[in-house]
This record gives sequence, structure tokens and C-alpha cells, in this order.
Amino acid sequence: MIAESGSIPVRIEQDVVVARQTVRQLAVAFKLRLVDQTKLVTAASELARNAVIYGGGGDMRWSTVERGVRRGIQLVFADQGPGIPDHAKALTDGWSSGSGMGLGLSGSRRLVDDFELDSAPGQGTRVTITKWT
Amino acid sequence: MDRIPILQMGDLLLVTIQVDMHDQLALTLQDDLTDKIQRTSARGVLIDISALDIVDSFIGRMISTISALAQIMDATTVVVGMQPAVAITLVELGLDLRGVRTALNVERGMKLLQTPAGTP
Repeated sequence: MIAESGSIPVRIEQDVVVARQTVRQLAVAFKLRLVDQTKLVTAASELARNAVIYGGGGDMRWSTVERGVRRGIQLVFADQGPGIPDHAKALTDGWSSGSGMGLGLSGSRRLVDDFELDSAPGQGTRVTITKWT
Repeated sequence: MDRIPILQMGDLLLVTIQVDMHDQLALTLQDDLTDKIQRTSARGVLIDISALDIVDSFIGRMISTISALAQIMDATTVVVGMQPAVAITLVELGLDLRGVRTALNVERGMKLLQTPAGTP
């Protein structure tokens, strides 16, 4: 049984796989519908990869949250990388600062219920996502 | 080193992805497949992803690239067995797998590959 909250490093490519598996276990323990499990794991995969590739590595923290009668899984991806100067641009489909497809941030935002981007040049990036049951 | 096996059956190549691939493994598969298409003069590639419980933008891009490369090398690629939850997620993520032929299952995928190009 996975703990209600915790943290794992996302520093190298293989950590992205571990992040996916961790989020899957959480989503199953939380009894999310299969489609919602898949969406959350996919979003986690995108954000973990971003932290590794663009952020130079960071970590993923997870916790359970409550809002009224609803419960949710919250994931925070934090890195100490260069940060994102232009949030609007970074959240545009197809825009990428690297060689990716530019769907990591914009796509993962569509896959979850709540999405928060906290980043500034030189101050790293923190993305918080929540999926409610 | 980890590798996804590629099976040859006549002039077809069959790939069944059964593990949660890290990015390098996906890139290795891309290279191995193009090598094998050249060495075997394969006319078709069938990629079974029924065991994959997610396809993110990286894997999606790998599938598109394999399909495009194979086409340039005169081979047709068919991706089969995508789980419904994966398909829903892919569309919301914004990946349309343009140019990639898909089929519901291996049987239909094989049929598609055995039909000469251009005929229904």
C-alpha cells in the first residue's frame, strides 16, 4: 500500500518510469476511474520528463487533498532549473524550448482538474496538478 | 542493454511492446526497426501496444517517427491494440498520430498489411 504522501527524485530518465508507476499505484489505491488514472499518469509522465530534461532534475511530491466531500490526488513537480520566463507561451500547444513536441505543459493541463504553474527565470519551476475523485 | 524484440514473419516485422519503456528504450526500438526494415526488406511493420497502459507525447512521437521512417523505406506501419483509456488520453493530450495507420487488434492489423496499398 502506498503512503498518503511522499516524494521521489526525478533526476534521470528512469525516474520518469518510477514516477509513472508511483502515480499509477496512488490512482489505483484512490479508486480513480481507469480513464482518470490514465490521464493522471500521462500528465505525471510529461511533467516528470520536463523536470528531468528542462529543469535539470528535481522531485515529485504527492499528497491527498480534500475539498468538501471530494478527495483528490495532488502532485507537485519541482526543479531548480532555469525557470520559464513566458508562461503563456510555455502553455501554448506546439511551443517548445527544446526538441520536444511542445505538448508537455499544455497537454498535461488538459488532463487534470487543477493546474498551477509557478516559475520565474532563475528560480526553478514548480507545477502543481490535482485530480479529484 | 534492454531491447524490445522484433520478430520477422515473411516480409512483415512484428513488435509487441510489453514493458513500460523509458525514453532511451523507445529510441533504441526506433533505430533497431529502421535497421531491420533495411536488412530484411520488410514491407510491413505491426506494432502491438495493447500492453501499454499509457502513451505520452514521447512514445507518441516515437510511433509517428517510426511510421514516417518506414514509409520512406517503402514499408507500411500499423499500430494495433490501443486501449480505449489510452486513446481518450492521447486525444486530450493533443496528439493526433497523424499519418499513422491504426487497427483495433492484431488480426485486423495483419489484414491491413496484407492488402496491397491502394486497394480498400
